[in-house]
Amino acid sequence: MSPATLRKWSLIHTWTSLVCTLFLFMLCLTGLPLIFHDEIDAALNPEAWTPARAGGELLSLDAILARALAERPQEVPLFMSFDEHRPVVNVTTGPSPDAPAAAMHFASYDRTSGAPVPSADRGEAVMHFLLQLHTDMFLGLPGMLFLGAMGLLFVLAVVSGVVLYAPFMRRLRFGTVRAHRSARLQWLDWHNLTGIVALAWMLVVGLTGTINTLADPITELWKRRELADLVAAHRDAGVVLERASLEAAVAAAVAAAPDRVLQFVAFPGGAFSTARHYAIFLHGATPLTSHLLTPALVDAATGELAGVREMPWYFQALALSRPLHFGDYGGLPLKLLWAALTAITLVVLGSGLYLWVVRRGSAVSDPAARIALATDA
Amino acid sequence: MSLRVFAAPAAIAIASLFGLLIALLGDGWHDVLAWIALASPLVAAVWAWLRRRV
Repeated sequence: MSPATLRKWSLIHTWTSLVCTLFLFMLCLTGLPLIFHDEIDAALNPEAWTPARAGGELLSLDAILARALAERPQEVPLFMSFDEHRPVVNVTTGPSPDAPAAAMHFASYDRTSGAPVPSADRGEAVMHFLLQLHTDMFLGLPGMLFLGAMGLLFVLAVVSGVVLYAPFMRRLRFGTVRAHRSARLQWLDWHNLTGIVALAWMLVVGLTGTINTLADPITELWKRRELADLVAAHRDAGVVLERASLEAAVAAAVAAAPDRVLQFVAFPGGAFSTARHYAIFLHGATPLTSHLLTPALVDAATGELAGVREMPWYFQALALSRPLHFGDYGGLPLKLLWAALTAITLVVLGSGLYLWVVRRGSAVSDPAARIALATDA
Repeated sequence: MSLRVFAAPAAIAIASLFGLLIALLGDGWHDVLAWIALASPLVAAVWAWLRRRV
């Protein structure tokens, strides 16, 4: 590598890292507890819940919806989701169909009795705070997109770091840590080692995190492109006032996609549907396809099935970016590995910042000269 | 030169990617393979710490 090329990569590595380091520290520190969100919730809320009539007949989804709306008379339904291992239906309502997340209200109901399920919300305020900080720093979409840009800078920093790894390691064996030398050399070795071993994981979590920050624009793009025909067909119809049976709509959707599992319903007018349709989202039944969503659209006025729509590639990429960023798809050991790799990333960040600070006080600023000083074993 | 420098890092990166993907494709033994493969960066870091020159 010529000295000029080396200087260029060194500049790229220094500046992409410096700009994103503070935010990456925040993302790693808030991400650590978020990895164990489910475990923390379960530990803080140990009370077991049982349905009023175990094994009894289930109330219709319309009855549950009516119950939820009676509790929130000024609001409209936004989402309905279904717990996997217990007869519980969750209803999200809001002041308007396009209400922002902060204005939404979430309540759970026992499907055997219609009784509210007490919310297991001890510790939830703290976890919610961490999640908001991690996702958008309380700044909404601009905050999300900003963190997405930081994610991209982080990926650039990792890639340029790999390029610089070669000249630094030219005369050193893999895994060399010169703990007997100066603090600067020792931390340089730790920086190179931790950076290169966690390379693949950092790239995957960085890139999928960036894709996750695009969730809103991706959903909007999907809606505009894939639901355009349904929107156009009902352009002048206005808002659906008298809704057809939700229970029948969900039954029709499930019947139309027999190899899929019901996940949630998006009500008309929200980000995930048209002004006229229930969008009933189903997921696959295998471990891989369980992350992939397929919506069935049912006319909310007539109850007629408008079709099952396969998702385009960009929505599936977003869907797969969630598990690959959260690390929640391989049991507790995978989560522990996720935490350990986050800790390694913190070492990469901390050592990198340290090296930049001590280098500023050093007379040797040319990268080629620095490498010459740093490559003797 | 680069071949030697990048041999171990490439092996660890490939093992990591394999681990990240295999757990997506199934449960049970898929997960166990993922844990082993994704532990490789940590094993390398611990190994380097144990044999650091003091």
